[in-house]
Amino acid sequence: MYNYTEFDTAFLAERNAQFRAQVERRIAGHLTEDEFKPLRLMNGVYLQLHAYMLRVAIPYGTLNGAQMRQLALLAETWDKGYGHFTTRQNIQYNWPKLRDIPDMLDALGEVGLHAIQTSGNTIRNVTADHFAGAAQDELADPRPVAELIRQWSTDHPEFQFLGRKFKIAITGAEQDRAVTRAHDIGLRMVERDGEIGFEVLVGGGLGRTPLIGKAIRDFLPKADLLPYLEAVLSVYNLLGRRDNKYKARIKIMVHEHGIDDIRDRVEERFAAIRPSFSGIDQQLLAQIEPQFAAPDFLATDLAAYDATYKRDPLFRAWADTNLTAHRRDDHAIVTISLKAHGETPGDASAAQMRIMADLAERYAYNELRISHEQNVILPHVPRGYLPEIHAQLRKAGLATANVGLISDIIACPGMDYCALATARSIPIAQEIATRFDDLKLEHEIGELKIKISGCINACGHHHVGHIGILGLDRAGVENYQITLGGDGTETAAIGERAGPGFSADEIIPAIERLVLAYLDLREDKSETFLQTYRRTGLAPFKAALYPEAKAHAA
Amino acid sequence: MPRAFTPKVVTASDLLEGDVIYLTESDDWTRELSQAELITDEAHAQLRLLLAEQQPDIVVGPYLADMANGPDGPEPVHFREAFRRKGPSNYAHGKQELASNV
Ligand code: HEM
Ligand code: SF4
Repeated sequence: MYNYTEFDTAFLAERNAQFRAQVERRIAGHLTEDEFKPLRLMNGVYLQLHAYMLRVAIPYGTLNGAQMRQLALLAETWDKGYGHFTTRQNIQYNWPKLRDIPDMLDALGEVGLHAIQTSGNTIRNVTADHFAGAAQDELADPRPVAELIRQWSTDHPEFQFLGRKFKIAITGAEQDRAVTRAHDIGLRMVERDGEIGFEVLVGGGLGRTPLIGKAIRDFLPKADLLPYLEAVLSVYNLLGRRDNKYKARIKIMVHEHGIDDIRDRVEERFAAIRPSFSGIDQQLLAQIEPQFAAPDFLATDLAAYDATYKRDPLFRAWADTNLTAHRRDDHAIVTISLKAHGETPGDASAAQMRIMADLAERYAYNELRISHEQNVILPHVPRGYLPEIHAQLRKAGLATANVGLISDIIACPGMDYCALATARSIPIAQEIATRFDDLKLEHEIGELKIKISGCINACGHHHVGHIGILGLDRAGVENYQITLGGDGTETAAIGERAGPGFSADEIIPAIERLVLAYLDLREDKSETFLQTYRRTGLAPFKAALYPEAKAHAA
Repeated sequence: MPRAFTPKVVTASDLLEGDVIYLTESDDWTRELSQAELITDEAHAQLRLLLAEQQPDIVVGPYLADMANGPDGPEPVHFREAFRRKGPSNYAHGKQELASNV
């Protein structure tokens, strides 16, 4: 866990004081909204449909108990008692008042959290594998590098006014849990001749023009990372389009110029600036690294775990779906589902946040993570503590055994909150979860990722959902379009549009037909929805979605 | 013949609270759509919008929203305005918290 230096603390306090003064000037009428808006956005403050919204960064998704408790305090003191965890490892508060926001930022500062660069055309919160440091398939913990990138990119004078927002994701593992291929820059740690470096992917992104990132460098030595990132950013800053907001992301630049041309330009720029990096960044990294050292793992007695697993079917169901193998056999990674059936995906109440903080402090080396799938992770848990943890989660309504299943849905805020939305997403997620819970089918269905966005901006990652749902406004009525076969992992793919959209009433039955078709089509239980889709293609799913079309053709 | 003008209200977000407000006939702002001034004339609509735009210390982002003339005053014709009038659908927060709006 990174601990703020005096410099960091002073910087944050000054920045918060600056924003407090800006809010006062806005309220006093000395700043117009046009002048104030970019200032508030730089500090994570949006104006949504019903209220302001404050977006707080959770850098590379890592939190300790005290920080989680502070998030609970903010929810209770200045919001309506809950917070919404998002696909970008942020937390959003939906109801703050303008006058209160400077106090909220100060309270965050007390525990080393902030909202800087969670909005605006800057380098956003760097996201990382939520199992970092704990996963079995990991080469190295990516978070020290993520922290280095955060320090380098925060307030970097050259990159405060980019053509558009810029998102970086990093993973140190084989399996890509950070969706690196859908980011402006994706970094994958790889090993060559015993040395760890990065595969650098560039030009991925979702939104109106979804594109999968392309490899610009197969192997970048670790020490070259910041100059290389700076080279990519400065090529983008100069060459990227500024004439059209929708064409201003780096993905469009890569698409229009071709990856080879961009690679040449980046290498040229890199050669020019590399000498100016004297190695201070590597010294800094060396200071950061020990702060992410693994905890002193405890050996615990596994008897309690084994006995409970045999005896308690609820515990067994939870353990089978919500635990992931840890790099140590006597530990597990716990995913706490924020997707109780019928609840809002990603929401946690202040009381739930406190319970999670307690559990982390008492049983899990004081570490928590937020996943892009809108769940909370305890990355290092001695197996012997699992029965107790499960019992406490149950009491708090946090023991839903559905991680990776059909009700573990990503949904953006949609038109319930977002001013850009064209339709709602939350109620669709709630209804799908409730429906399949009623059918008691979700464990039978197995791994299936549904992702829902309330407009073409794709904050809910619908393009990379096995089933993606996009909410649109068709002549004044909410309408939902389905995409199939998307994938956000190392085998990334953009989903294919299945056909005409469905009304709010039709969408749940349509999803049900789709899933029942899968159960018929799969070769056996081990073939997942995505595998079946890849084997059969769109046609049989399309037939299930649009039975009347088939009838007409017959 | 000129195209029929869809009735409108002037609506915005409150600067301090961030919540939805509507312009009334008496030049005040209300939180209840039923109290808003329903504007039926295009030229008058532009004047009313101008009035709102001149109050940046009170309101943010004023615009004209299409409405129908209902028995209890202006009624949304599009679902976005219906949500703004009511609040989100996942919790009883926003305007629906006020009894008079339920
Ligand atoms: C006030 C609410 C929000 C606004 C105004 C907003 C705005 C946008 C816009 C305009 C884009 C498209 C960018 C482009 O194509 O260039 C976008 C993309 C995206 N946003 Fe949001 N968003 C909001 C909430 C969220 C939330 C809640 C999340 C996380 C759950 C999120 C995560 C993302 C992601 C992952 C993308 C797609 C990746 C990409 O940037 O290409 N956003 N957002
Ligand atoms: S996808 Fe659209 S509706 Fe959903 S949060 Fe993003 S901008 Fe808002």
